[in-house]
Amino acid sequence: MNATAQRPPALPARATAPRDSVRAWPLRDQVGYYLAWIAGLALLAIAGSIVAYMAYRGAQYFDLSLLLESPNAEIDQSASGGFKDPLIGTAMLLVMSTLIAAPLGVAIAVWLTEYGRPAGLARAVESAIEIVAGTPSIVLAMFGLILFQEWFGFLTFDAEGSTLGRSFIAAAAMMSLIALPLVVGATRESLNAIPRHVREASYALGKTKAATIRRVLLPAARPGIGTGTALGMGRVAGDTAIVVVLLGSTLQIINGTDGGVFGLFRGTGSTLTSYIYLNSPAGEGLAPEKAYFAAFVLMCLVIVLNFVVTRLARGRKPQWTR
Amino acid sequence: MFNPAAPGFWSDRRVERMLGAVACLVLLLIGGMIAFVFAKAWPSFAHNGLAWFGGGGDVDHQLEDIFNSPSNPSDYVYELHAWPLLWGTFVVTAGAVLIGIVFSLFAAIFIVEFAPPRLSRLLEPVVRLLAAVPSVVYGLIGILVIVPWVGEHLISLDRKESVANVIQLDGASLGVGIMILTIMIVPIMIAIVVDALRAVPRSWTEGASALGVNRWRVTWSIVVRTARPAVVAAAVLATARALGEAIMLSMVSGSASFAPNPIDGITFLFEPTRPLASALVENVEGLTVVPFGQTLFAFAAVLLVSSMFLSLAGFVAKQSMRRYGVQP
Amino acid sequence: MDPLTELDRRDEDLLRPPPPVRRILVDEQPTIVQAPATGTVAGNGAVGIAAAPAVRRAEPSPAPKIERMRAEAVSIAYGEKLAVDKVTIPVRQGEVLALIGPSGCGKTTLLRSFNRLVELTPTAVRGGRISLDGEDIDAIEVTALRQRVSMVFQQPNPFPMSVFDNVAYALREQGSRRPRRESLQDPVADALQRAGLWDEVGSTLDHPALRLSGGQQQRLCIARALAARPEVLLLDEPCSALDPRSTQVIEELILRLREEVAVVIVTHNMQQALRIADHVGFMYLGELVEYGPAEQVFGSPREQRTREYVAGAFG
Repeated sequence: MNATAQRPPALPARATAPRDSVRAWPLRDQVGYYLAWIAGLALLAIAGSIVAYMAYRGAQYFDLSLLLESPNAEIDQSASGGFKDPLIGTAMLLVMSTLIAAPLGVAIAVWLTEYGRPAGLARAVESAIEIVAGTPSIVLAMFGLILFQEWFGFLTFDAEGSTLGRSFIAAAAMMSLIALPLVVGATRESLNAIPRHVREASYALGKTKAATIRRVLLPAARPGIGTGTALGMGRVAGDTAIVVVLLGSTLQIINGTDGGVFGLFRGTGSTLTSYIYLNSPAGEGLAPEKAYFAAFVLMCLVIVLNFVVTRLARGRKPQWTR
Repeated sequence: MFNPAAPGFWSDRRVERMLGAVACLVLLLIGGMIAFVFAKAWPSFAHNGLAWFGGGGDVDHQLEDIFNSPSNPSDYVYELHAWPLLWGTFVVTAGAVLIGIVFSLFAAIFIVEFAPPRLSRLLEPVVRLLAAVPSVVYGLIGILVIVPWVGEHLISLDRKESVANVIQLDGASLGVGIMILTIMIVPIMIAIVVDALRAVPRSWTEGASALGVNRWRVTWSIVVRTARPAVVAAAVLATARALGEAIMLSMVSGSASFAPNPIDGITFLFEPTRPLASALVENVEGLTVVPFGQTLFAFAAVLLVSSMFLSLAGFVAKQSMRRYGVQP
Repeated sequence: MDPLTELDRRDEDLLRPPPPVRRILVDEQPTIVQAPATGTVAGNGAVGIAAAPAVRRAEPSPAPKIERMRAEAVSIAYGEKLAVDKVTIPVRQGEVLALIGPSGCGKTTLLRSFNRLVELTPTAVRGGRISLDGEDIDAIEVTALRQRVSMVFQQPNPFPMSVFDNVAYALREQGSRRPRRESLQDPVADALQRAGLWDEVGSTLDHPALRLSGGQQQRLCIARALAARPEVLLLDEPCSALDPRSTQVIEELILRLREEVAVVIVTHNMQQALRIADHVGFMYLGELVEYGPAEQVFGSPREQRTREYVAGAFG
């Protein structure tokens, strides 16, 4: 930038400001204009008040020790005990369901975009994924309960010898169904965005389709896969219905009888979401302060995940043209 | 022969078959789920016939009786008239979607056309944030803040007494449910509509402006009109979301399976109700009792049919959106 | 991307097929297009392009020339880049004013300032005064201004509606009360006739406008601009995306229209300017280098730069 005047000196000022006023419009149009403004500002106000209120309550009931203590065994939480176990539970579910949903989702997406024969089967698979995306999570939870109770009882928690159909594995399996459509969708979009000449170049070099997928396409689609996975994790972290049904209302993590890691997977426990639910008046409701702080922690987690998605999505448009 | 380390093992045909097998597995699982839900639900429908969908009696009492059925299979109780639940689901969903679509349309118009650029850039992450808030947090704020406030300040004693012989009004109500559900589904709709509004070619808006038409009219008559299929698609998606919302509604819309009565006037909004998904969440512990479980699966079947129908409607809507090159 | 580059890019847009699918009107007989002149001197002393004998100039219209708009010392800048530098030029009814010059010289920017369309670009600043019938256009409500000063764009941009709805659009959306369809029939038919399109679409007014051919779409845009009875018609290279046959039709149409409206046309095509313009303004790097009657600017230009441009030394 040079030090001389930026604006060309020969630009005389205008006599009047150009007229373009909303007040000259017909009344109907003015109403529409102001309604749009009201809607936009209301949106801002609602979001702002939710964030502000949760921050306020979070600060009010801020107690880091809660993150480190286990909850009491009783349902009544007002006495003492934190939510370390629910935190671990959330983390476990996130990891486990992602470990199931991500490979499955990528596999299905690859099959749909790169192979997809016969066409009827491909359409059926697509429809199935759409249906799962639209199914209420409570329905998935109920199905999971019966599934694990009657068929996969060996993967569930044994309470006094009778299978209840509940365990981390059961919950993670059903949660993965929630994340699956998001992973499939994002991966398909990424794969479809890769132009044909990339694949053709790879085939021309003598690589098989499988090798092309593994070495060329999937690495290129990585941001998209990441976005889909992060979106899925966001949904998993926020879901309560499946947790309440498939992990029950025990707040502490209780290992299954096998012991070790597998016992942990077979065990039950809680997550942040079910902890909040059970501590609110809808559950036993005697410790709303803890519910507030847990909600604050959960929102922070979700915001971080959201931020990750945004960052991943921004790097999502690679330059394919030369 | 089965040696993954050997070169040539991962031939195209093999990989295709394996991936296809995975896809088929998931297909079977989901297909199995649908079949399973309907199979389990059948006895409840069979025993009640079409009266299942009708009204009569207190749903909560009927559910209790079903739960307490004698253990002899031939003595199982199945009687259920689920109308209050169906009506509650319908009113909550329709209310939230109708209010939401209007609000979302105007908010999207604001974001795309009329907002100052900085405000517009701020609103995009705001919408994404609202979409990410878990339903249990909405429910928590609802049940700890809004419901008590409504119960104390908006519902007068007279109103409570006017319906005291039928139902208790305590703030957990249809109105609060609709309100919070609207806030929950608005972000999804705004995101879709904003993308569609932005996809309208500028040559059209510039041409319309050059004809001396004011900015609102240009937006409404050209941009919104072109984006109509997207508005429909957004509404369909939001309806599916609203139908499936169980946790938040079970926390704020009331603890009784009551059918709010429009004849009651404004009190209609203050009456409690229990949509299908919430009813499932609240009763799911009883799933092991056979007739009760089958009744619950009947609820699930109704929800599943509705969401499948909405998926189909959404697919049709997305097809018409592609005509204008808008990515759904 | 700054607006100047954006305007340049519009030429590149011509090379890409436009999104709506159009049928291309194919001639049965090839149209002979005159090759550009190479600086020969004709018998009457005219040089350059005016010497080419085959370019027929239009007869000037006998109507009196009323000054409709006037730009006085108009300068327009996008941010720090000056696009138009102190241009003073009149626009008269009864004649066609052609703005010519190489790409990026500011002629489109100047045109767009006449209906305050430059305001749509956030970084644009305008100095000087533009008046419509004596009134400063800044003092008129912008919607009212654009109803009196209409514009047709380089790429035909019919709305995704029927032909009837396109032409009736301005009439429907400009006022506060929505007129009934019966009261719109006449103005629509009139506008289509003035645009020379009535014979072709008069019986199929409810068909989608996007199904018309390129030339028909552009004439539809002209009809649409004429429907609200403007006083001035601005045309931004209206024929550059069209085949020669449609170009000819539109040029004849422009000549008919100049009686009723003041016409300003920006064109890349010097032969076109020679065919239809009464007055010509040659712009170069934002300056109005030369302004005068068409025969003078093309036949005996005063400025060296004009001489060079007209002879095809640069373009």
